[in-house]
Amino acid sequence: MTRKDRMNSSMIQVYEIESGNFTKAGEAAGNIKKLLRQLGIDAGVVRRVSIAAYEAEMNMVIHSIGGIIKILIDPEAITFKARDTGPGIEDIELAMKEGYSTATDFARELGFGAGMGLPNIKKCSDDFIIKSEVGVGTRLEARFNIST
Amino acid sequence: MRIGTVKELLDAQLIVGEGLLDHRVVSACGSDLMSDVLAFVKEQTLLLTGLNNPQVIRTAEMLDVSAIVFVRGKIPTPDIIEMAIDRDIVLLSTENTLFEACGKLYEGGLRGRIT
Ligand SMILES: Nc1ncnc2c1ncn2[C@@H]1O[C@H](COP(=O)(O)OP(=O)(O)OP(=O)(O)O)[C@@H](O)[C@H]1O
Ligand SMILES: [Mg+2]
Repeated sequence: MTRKDRMNSSMIQVYEIESGNFTKAGEAAGNIKKLLRQLGIDAGVVRRVSIAAYEAEMNMVIHSIGGIIKILIDPEAITFKARDTGPGIEDIELAMKEGYSTATDFARELGFGAGMGLPNIKKCSDDFIIKSEVGVGTRLEARFNIST
Repeated sequence: MRIGTVKELLDAQLIVGEGLLDHRVVSACGSDLMSDVLAFVKEQTLLLTGLNNPQVIRTAEMLDVSAIVFVRGKIPTPDIIEMAIDRDIVLLSTENTLFEACGKLYEGGLRGRIT
């Protein structure tokens, strides 16, 4: 089977992300990475999607009360979506700044809380949107073009 | 640099990855901040860290890091070792501090490559 055959139809996968579960944290991103590799997608693209997915997943585990991650793969692009149900981000502009973090001491002990995650997701993707409302939740969408 | 050479220079204990010691790393990164690592590390990098948790392996997985050195004599737990085996990641443990370990590898010719 050629890469084209495999990529002919679009594909969607959904993962549930639990708040505070640091044993499972990274499983969704790991599965996404495996799937993209199996589909024969360019290694550089796989790497960028994996990093973005992992940062977004860790943010949901650390900062949110939980939510879902969706990955849509079609022949032109990979679209990554993350949606959680709260607590939401008050000032998105501030959250997007390198170095800004509200991570707890516990998350910092695990090596997180540098305030680099969101800027890195933006840097890795070709298109990036984040929307958030306090008390409602955060939605993030990142698009990665597949060059052919 | 061969991963086997890293092991020798740091007088490190091999925890897992016997068959992968001939693989090479072209640069190294010493950090306890995983999101910093995720933002800067390129392929074929050696990761040195004082952290000892599953997120270190996850971070290495996302970045295709082929070997991890745990400093200050830290030995990862069996679940972490299991994760590394599944992902073909070499694990080493050295008594050196992060600073000393990085210094010895730099002296041995390995460089950081932040671009
Ligand atoms: N899903 C989310 N729900 C609520 N707040 C969030 C969410 N994602 C990010 N934030 C807020 O935005 C801040 C910046 O996020 P970012 O990922 O850039 O840094 P961090 O997670 O604190 O640290 P790092 O990603 O470097 O480990 C967070 O500290 C948090 O306050
Ligand atoms: Mg983050």
